[in-house]
Amino acid sequence: MTLAWAEVGEIAARSLGVAGAATLLAALFGLPLGVWLGSRPRRGRMGAQVVLYAGMGLPPVVVGLLFYFLLSRSGPLGGLGLLFTPLAMVLAEAVLAFPMIAGFTLAAVRMRAEGVRRLVRGLGGSERQVLATLLWESRRPITAALAAGFGAAISEVGAATIVGGDIRFHTRVLTTAVVLETRKGELESALALGAVLLGVTLIVTAILVVWGERR
Amino acid sequence: MKKLIALGLLLGAALAAAPLRLATTTSVNDSGLLEAILPGFTRETGIAVQVIAVGTGQALALAGRGDADAVLVHAPDLEARFLREGKGVAHACIAYNNFVIAGPAADPARVGAAADALDAMRRIFAAGATFVSRGDNSGTYHRERALWRASGLDPTGRPWYLESGSGMGATLTLAAEKRAYTLTDLGTFLFMQDKVDLAALFDRPDPRMLNQYGYMVVNPERFPGANREAAYRLRAYLLRADVQRAIGAYLKDRFGRSLFTPLYGRCKVEVSP
Repeated sequence: MTLAWAEVGEIAARSLGVAGAATLLAALFGLPLGVWLGSRPRRGRMGAQVVLYAGMGLPPVVVGLLFYFLLSRSGPLGGLGLLFTPLAMVLAEAVLAFPMIAGFTLAAVRMRAEGVRRLVRGLGGSERQVLATLLWESRRPITAALAAGFGAAISEVGAATIVGGDIRFHTRVLTTAVVLETRKGELESALALGAVLLGVTLIVTAILVVWGERR
Repeated sequence: MKKLIALGLLLGAALAAAPLRLATTTSVNDSGLLEAILPGFTRETGIAVQVIAVGTGQALALAGRGDADAVLVHAPDLEARFLREGKGVAHACIAYNNFVIAGPAADPARVGAAADALDAMRRIFAAGATFVSRGDNSGTYHRERALWRASGLDPTGRPWYLESGSGMGATLTLAAEKRAYTLTDLGTFLFMQDKVDLAALFDRPDPRMLNQYGYMVVNPERFPGANREAAYRLRAYLLRADVQRAIGAYLKDRFGRSLFTPLYGRCKVEVSP
């Protein structure tokens, strides 16, 4: 190992922070959209469903490239100076996590929509209460949606490389560090970083699952 | 507590001056040279340097869009074009080493017996020996194509000609696995030689194998947001006698020769717009 463990910790913390923030940002928009779409009759949601499911296959490098053009100093949002910052990585990874979260939420809600609506409406509840109940009743599969979104964000390397730049102490995350160590021929370091990445993903997923089951 | 103080100092330095973004090549970065000499610059000036290590082609493309403040690359013809297009100014030659043809120790194409670099390429071609090309618009790739052109041969499409599409380190690993030849910069080769089963088969002074590293400031008139002052200060720092000596001495003990020979700003190959 040529890489100091202190630096591995610093890189792992950034990976967790960037992917976590991206997941939260994606959930902020993806959960409401997924619940709303899932509660709609089939004809009203099919188109959106196709787009979301196809979005799960969004290639990270292409998303990274689009964000590069958007955030580049020569691009439309260049004035913000966001390129090669952790925030740029959060934005790109949120776009990757969004279809996962919205799509899996939609799938989970859809199955319960009819029953929950009949019940809540029968008890005199509003449509808004129908959606809130749907969200609550689907909480377990929604933890799976969040885990999938987080997994997509923390494991991707294409977008992180292009919009982050793999700058040491600034935008280097576990996946880009694995690429760097591999390029340098430091295969043991690369493997160790990969193990840390798997560990982080495992712990976060475990927390999500336990949290989803206990409520 | 110590960590907190260090963090405070880092934050203080970061607030003191806007960071400088240096787009450079994987060969400079992966050899550890920048990590050895840039901290001194940050200590002296309070300017943090953010290094973006990509191929020469991508480094110039990034800088040409204003996304870096300075570049350190190794493709004189591409550097000249960058200057000509008004994207870069204040070119300075920092250091050089040479390109090396590496391959299996058994040397089936007898590259070791070549009279010069072009002869070496012709021998590989004639033998149809497996050759791994970067294929990625990097400085090394540009040189490799120039060597093929100069020898009057075009290996594109030959079954033994593989394009890796990846960085120098990964390409050396691939070449070793395939028992193939490849063109590499000396620095990366020395750094990787104990990790890959490859021998330096053509490693001799030959003007065609000269590998020169040039620094340019991204034209501040073109990109007003660019960190112009810091880019000029780094240029002056890199050319300073003591820093040039440090570049020349980097890992010399370990390899018995300089990874990077300082140029003190005097180019071996002229780079003029």
